Formats: sequence, structure tokens, C-alpha cells
Amino acid sequence: MTTTNTKPSENLNIVIVGHVDHGKSTLLGRLYADTGSLPDGKLEKVQAICKQQGKEFEYAFLFDAFLEEQEQGITIDTARTFFMWKGRQYIIIDAPGHKEFLKNMISGAARAEAALLLIDALEGVKEQSKKHGYLLSLLGVRQFAVVVNKMDLVGYRQDVFDGIEKEYREFLGQFKAVPSQFIPVSAKLGDNIANRSGQMSWYGGPTVLDTLSAFQKEAVRSEQPLRLPVQDVYKFDARRIITGRIAAGRLKVGDHLVFSPSNKRANIRTVEAFNIEPQPTEGQAGQSIGITLDEQIFVERGEIASRQEHLPSVSTAFRANLFWLGKRPLEKGRKYLLRVATKEVDCEVASIHRIIDTMDLAQQQGSHSVGKNQVAELTLRTKTPIAFDLSASFEATGRFVLVDEYDIAGGGIITELVHDDQEFLREEARRRDFAWVKGEVTVEDRAQQYGHRAAIVLITGGRHTGKSFLARKLEGRLVADGRHAYLLDGENLRRGLDADLSDEERGQTTEMARRYGEVARLLMDTGLIVVSTTNPFGLAYREASEAIRTLVHPAPVIAVHMSKTVEEPPPNTDVVLTGPTDFDAATARILEELKRRGVLAQAIGAKPVFQYSI
Amino acid sequence: MKHLRQLEDQSVYILREAYKHFNNLAMLWSMGKDSTVLLWLARKAFFGHVPFPLLHVDTSYKIPAMIEYRDRLAREWGLDLVVGQNKEALAAGMNHTLGRVVCCTALKTNGLKQLLENKGYTGVILGVRADEEGTRAKERYFSPRDKHGDWDFRDQPPELWDQYKTTFPPGTHIRIHPLLDWTEINIWEYIKLESIPFIDLYLDKGDGTRYRSLGCAPCTTPIKSTAKTVDDIIEELRHTTVAERSGRAQDEGRGMELLRKDGYM
Repeated sequence: MTTTNTKPSENLNIVIVGHVDHGKSTLLGRLYADTGSLPDGKLEKVQAICKQQGKEFEYAFLFDAFLEEQEQGITIDTARTFFMWKGRQYIIIDAPGHKEFLKNMISGAARAEAALLLIDALEGVKEQSKKHGYLLSLLGVRQFAVVVNKMDLVGYRQDVFDGIEKEYREFLGQFKAVPSQFIPVSAKLGDNIANRSGQMSWYGGPTVLDTLSAFQKEAVRSEQPLRLPVQDVYKFDARRIITGRIAAGRLKVGDHLVFSPSNKRANIRTVEAFNIEPQPTEGQAGQSIGITLDEQIFVERGEIASRQEHLPSVSTAFRANLFWLGKRPLEKGRKYLLRVATKEVDCEVASIHRIIDTMDLAQQQGSHSVGKNQVAELTLRTKTPIAFDLSASFEATGRFVLVDEYDIAGGGIITELVHDDQEFLREEARRRDFAWVKGEVTVEDRAQQYGHRAAIVLITGGRHTGKSFLARKLEGRLVADGRHAYLLDGENLRRGLDADLSDEERGQTTEMARRYGEVARLLMDTGLIVVSTTNPFGLAYREASEAIRTLVHPAPVIAVHMSKTVEEPPPNTDVVLTGPTDFDAATARILEELKRRGVLAQAIGAKPVFQYSI
Repeated sequence: MKHLRQLEDQSVYILREAYKHFNNLAMLWSMGKDSTVLLWLARKAFFGHVPFPLLHVDTSYKIPAMIEYRDRLAREWGLDLVVGQNKEALAAGMNHTLGRVVCCTALKTNGLKQLLENKGYTGVILGVRADEEGTRAKERYFSPRDKHGDWDFRDQPPELWDQYKTTFPPGTHIRIHPLLDWTEINIWEYIKLESIPFIDLYLDKGDGTRYRSLGCAPCTTPIKSTAKTVDDIIEELRHTTVAERSGRAQDEGRGMELLRKDGYM
């Protein structure tokens, strides 16, 4: 059937899902055989093996490659197969239906742009039929058709088909999933797969093959506002190239980009490419591209570039729907690595709102853990602020995975932004950064001149732990080494900048910390290493240091915590000093940390290293 | 052409993920059409540079023209080429007459394992494609190998959207497969689109035969074909129903499943 092999214009990834034994691999085998897509001798070879082993031939054996799969008659892992039909190249992903292999089914479905969901006419709607239907929706596969298989076993009766359609449509309707078709077939006998069945004259809809042709290639993403998650920054030659895959929207040379959450801004100078003439000047959703900017701003992997009119959300918390595949249960309070687009950040499960039973969508509350293959609604809290979107608006920047130890153990979609206590300060910082008036001297010029980047060393701790002494010592050492450092003492703000405040107002950490943070931000813009203590805030140092962090973001904060006895330091502390302090050793450790963070010069490794600046 | 750019965008994304996450990364290059396209995609991803070494596991039985081609491109493209060989096995007289699986295991699988171990690579990029044969159809883009380099295909980690497995216990490594979604035709279409230099053993030079898949000389046979240009090859592949690797002896029976479970590429 060489007529099928016309030149392809596009690829489409399709996944076949459904309950175990409902005939997914058989459907796939049949589709290939009936469209003449099998290599010569493949059918005969498998038929011969079956005869030799004394078992009935099944089309499923064509794709269940592992010996174990054929012996047990089930698909263990997702297989990709290819076929061409009417100018389109299909990659068909055959996903396992057995509940043991749900993680393999999900891996298959997550790659798909459309799906076929199989239901056995004789067995009807089963556990995995429902689970797979629900997961398709959660994974963002909105285009799908339901194939009711084994119609031959129910005498091709329309009432059986109608009953399944009614029951399953009702189930799907609960989470607003709408299939494009319900198709009655017998994969084994080839009814309504590639050819119309003579047995079901009551059915006037399309065959499976027609349904595949009718699936649309998604193209709308390039019409959305721009989302470019930064994947990496390269400096192999004179060009400093920011790379990433455009998740939504389009960009062109001259566009003004804002990077979140750092709020850095610059214009696109060039679009870079290898072996493409003439050099491109634009890009759109789906493309892996490289751009250079008109200003040497520091941006790093995980930030999301967008236009100022359509910024992504920034917070340290969000609500999500998650499915869990981990070997051990997901637990409230435990730490995981969160990955949203290219951002990786430590997070913890702040609360598990409910577990969702995918059989009947019943909800169970008050759980402290999520077991393997369960679906849950929860709130995640990240260690540092991240940029993201709600999955209803942006697919790629609205979904995430969680890594437990070494493995991706769960995934989900972001359903709601959760406001955190830094929201107002973050908004203030954003507005201030967008309106910031720059002189002719760039951050890069200052760094060149001074031989280091700007940063803040923030020393926290209770009373009489030696914070002031260490701060003085560190400032002295930095200046003796030829650095530009300055000890910012809160006491000096109190008498001057804060002189307008009443005694009561001066007792309020929030406003005091805000003023302190803005002064620190200003000093850092001059290129200084600011050395500071939380002395003015007394025992409210945790709250104060959070506010200062938000206001100076994304400049590097080197957090040092001092205590007489062992105690829990504030989140994100870099250097912990407990007990009697050796101040020389403590100073050396802070200098080391400044080097590690790229504030002070360090040896350039094999990979390009980019140092921090505001 | 659009479908080729879609494949390219995905492969480039994977290559950049690999480069970002693995400090000790290498790419396997057999000089065949697939791994040469992979090498070209690396130059795409890194704007003309190839920022990691290219490994060639030399069985000593390769067709001489392949070695010449290898050295020429390495020179012209400024590649960091690392050649490995299981010298012990060769000294002991290993060859295909001792059994194909035995020979492939010794010279290729073990040759590769030795090379990875000696250099301590934690990420290895390979040009395997899902449409080549059954076990490769079940691969992940980022596929872990245990301390012995073995593949546990029964328990592969989940792979969701564009998130790949990039963390792994010490002593193990990850195989990275950027070409999984490419078919044989796509490879040739892309070679044409980008004018990638390829080895002419793939073309008929007048005797009515050409190689469709390249391996060791004793275990690879040419096919009957009069394809003299890339266009001819693409046209031929559109109409063929003969499997790509039908000229590769190691695929007979369950050869590939056994080989790949033990860490074959």
C-alpha cells in the first residue's frame, strides 16, 4: 500500500490507553496490518513463532517486544511505533493497561497530543478505564476518542455500545472531558479499524483511522502571550547566548523582555542559529532557540522571559492536582525537588487537601500522605520564589514534577496561586525595578572596575551572639583585600531616615525592614558588598531577613546565622555558626561562600560560569 | 520540512538538558548516519561547538572507509575524539565466528563499559531510534543504567513532559537518546535538508548494492539497491517494506533483547 507513503508534512503523537486486556496492542497491530505498514515477513514471522509455541496468533505480539511481555500476554512498557497515513507521520504510543505499570502509561500519555481510549464491550467500564480517562485530562491530553472494542463478543449489539457510551460520558462529564468520538470496533476481526464494518450498519461515524486523521495538530500556543523558560546560558565564543524552548507565544529581534522572578529587563539583539541562512530574526512556540540581549544582564536557568504586559505569577506557594508514582508515599512536611519548566527548587508539601478516588471521584480528606498511583489536591511551598502560570492558561509553565531522591516520583498541574506574606513587598520590588532609571555606567562596568559583584552578607541571630563583632571584622577584611564593602548599621537609619516614625512605628518590624531593605538595595546598585546584621530587629530577625531578601532579590544574599547553642536557623541560611566563634575562621568561611556564589572571582571551570550582578 | 524542524527542536532541547545536568558527558559516534545526524544536532544545539568528547568503540572490524571519514570530520569540525577498544579480548582472538552475541558483547558492550568506567562518564548520548527494533521502541529519552551498565527495562523511571531523569546514584550512569522519535526516512530527509556530510557506503556506486545500516564488516551485508543519491534513498525507503536492520546479523532471534539488557547501545 505505497499510496500511504506520501511525503509527511507533520508528526502527531498518539497514545493508546485503557484497562488491561481491553485490546490496545491488538488494535495497534491491526491498524498496521490493515494499512500495509508492517515490514515484509513480520506478520509471517510472528505467526510462525506462535505456531511453534502452540498458541493462537495475536496482533498484540507484533509490538510487545520483550519476551516477558509475550509470555504474560500483557504490555509492560510503553512502545513507540511509527506509521504514515495521508501525509502525516504518526508516532503511536502503546501504553500498558495493567495498574502495576501506571507510571509507564503516564510516561506514554505525557508525550501525546491525542489519545485513543479503549473499553472492552463485554467487560464494560473498568477501574483503569476511569483512571486513564481522568489522567488524560490531568496530563493535558484534551483530544481523544473512545474505542469500544470486542463488539464481536456482544453480537455487535447497539444497546451494549450505547450503554457504555452513556455511562462513560457521564463519568468524563464530571471533570468536563469531552471525547471527539465513540467508535464500536472489533480489533481482532478488523471491524471499523481501517475499514468500515459490515456488521454494524447502525453506526454511521468514522473508523479509527478516520478519527486519527481528524485529530488536529495543536497550533494555538504561538498565539498566546510569550513564555520562554531559560534553559541555559552559553558563552562558547564572543556571543553570550540565552537558550530555551519557547513554551508559548512568539518573539522577534527588538522585543523587550522581562525575566521573572528576577525582574531583569533587556531587548532582544539577535536570534542565533547554526547553519541557517539568512540568520533568523524571530521564533515561536515549540522552537528551541538562542537569543542575545542588548544589555549584559545576568539571567539564569529557571527564569521565565515574557512581555511586561503579560507577566507570569511569582510566589513561594501554589495549589495543585498531583498524581503520585513514587515507591514511597508522598508525605506532608517532607522535602522534594520541584521542577517547573526549567526551574528546579526545593519544596515541601504544605498541606494535602484531599485524595481523589479516580473510580468515583469521591474525595477523602485529612490524609497526611499520598500513596503510589493516587491522585491528590495539595499545596506546595517552595524555598525561594518561582515564576509559574496556572495550567488552565499556560500548559508548559503550569505543570510540574516532583523528584524524590533520584527519581521523578510525581507530576501535576498548578490550579491556583497561593498568596504568601511577601506578596506586597515583591510587588513593590517589581514596580520599583521596572521604573528604575539607569545611568550610563552599567553593572558590568562597575564589576570590572571593582573586581567583584555586589552582594549582601546578612548576619542573623539572637542577642549577644557576636553578630556586630563578626560584621566589623568581615568589613575590615574585605576592604583590606581591596574590596568595596560597607557595614550598614540599622542604628544609623533609625536617627536619620526613620526619624519621621513614631516610637510605636519603629517597633514594627515590617516597615523598618522595608526601609532597611530598600537602602541595602540602593547600596548594592552602587556595586558594594553590603555587610549587615539584623540587630535593629531584635528577636524578629526571621521576619526581617525574609523582607530584606524579597526587596534585594535577585542579588545574592549570603545568610549567616550565629547562636550560642544549637538551634534552627532561618530558611536558606548559608553559614551556620554555633557556640564560641573563631572569628577568623568564620570570616574565611564567608569569603569562601562569596567565591562560591560568584561574587568574588573564582577559577573558571570547563563550563561557562556567569557571575551574579543586579 | 516542518516535521523535521519539530524533531530537531525536541532533540536540541534534550541535548541542552544533557549538557546542563551532566558534568562528565560524552557522545557515542559510530560514523553511521544516525550518530552523525546526532553530532550535527549537537553543533545546532551549541551553535557550531561540540562541548563534549565523542566516543568511538572500535572493534577493529569496521570498514576502513569509516575510520578515514571519522578522522577527517574530527579534524575539520575540531572534535574531541576518544577511541576505545577491548584490547584484551582482541588479543585473545575474539571474532564473530565465536558467536555473534559473544563477539558483540566482548567488543562492543564490554568495550563501551570499559571506556565509560575508565573515563568516569556519567551521561552518554546515543543515536538509537525507536523504529530500529522492538526493545529500542521502549526506551526513555533519559534511561538509567546500573553499576554494571545493565538496563532494567522492567522498572524504568517515569518520564513526564519535558522533564527527564537527571539525578542518579553514584556509580550508575544515564544513557541519553535524543533521536528516539526519528525514523530512518527522517534521518535521510534531515541529511538532505542540512547538507550533512555522510559516508558514501550508503550509496550504490555502480554494482547495484549499498549499505542500509553500518556495523562491523563481517556482520553487515549490503542490500540490493540502485540508490545513488540521498533523494534516491528517501524514495526507496518510502516504498520498502524490508526492515532496516535486516542486514544486521545480531538482530536474529532474541539477540537484541539479550544484548541491550546487558548494556548494549
